[in-house]
Amino acid sequence: MIPPLPLWVEIPVALLLALSGVFTLVAAIGVVRFRSFFQRMHPPALAFSFSAWCVTLASILYFSAQDGALSLHAWLIIIFLSLTVPVTTILLSRTELFRRRNSGDPDMPPPLSASVPLSADADDSSPTPR
Amino acid sequence: MSPLLFSAIVFTMGCYITAMALALLRLVRGPSAQDRVLAMDLICTIAMLILMVLAIRYRSAMYFEAALLVSIFGFVSSAAMAKFLLRGEVIE
Repeated sequence: MIPPLPLWVEIPVALLLALSGVFTLVAAIGVVRFRSFFQRMHPPALAFSFSAWCVTLASILYFSAQDGALSLHAWLIIIFLSLTVPVTTILLSRTELFRRRNSGDPDMPPPLSASVPLSADADDSSPTPR
Repeated sequence: MSPLLFSAIVFTMGCYITAMALALLRLVRGPSAQDRVLAMDLICTIAMLILMVLAIRYRSAMYFEAALLVSIFGFVSSAAMAKFLLRGEVIE
């Protein structure tokens, strides 16, 4: 039989868990309700950062109190998530920009390479597209 | 498991399930392909969070490995999908 944990451990753990649930729910509501893709990219960051941090802190607190020693293996998830989420975000935003530009959307900014004037040796051979 | 912690876990699970259903709605309804990739990424992250809450519920550290695996697969799949949508091929 595992002895019950003291109350000062259980209250922060329960609070952190409930907070992460609320943040994830807010993120999902934002993903459903926002109108454009660039707006919809923002709410999942709540789930990726805030609720993952809350759950990790709760599990570190819980397992440390249960084992009587500091157990930090849940940090791995936070470290991994903070390394991979920016990569996915950058790739998805570039995908949206690329595909909407290809479909002829006038709201998208033109690519940078077309607005830069060509170098001097290519200048006399062909007129620069501005 | 005290009643306080148990009710907190039940509340968190309910929030996660609702959030997953909403993300699934965006996955089904999403107008473009990158919307679906974003919703799938969110679903993978919520599955990872569910596994971490289950680790607290059943007092087993084995769930962390499963959470790491789900997280790694989610990252690899959404990065590969985004790369495919961007270039037409995954590895150039």
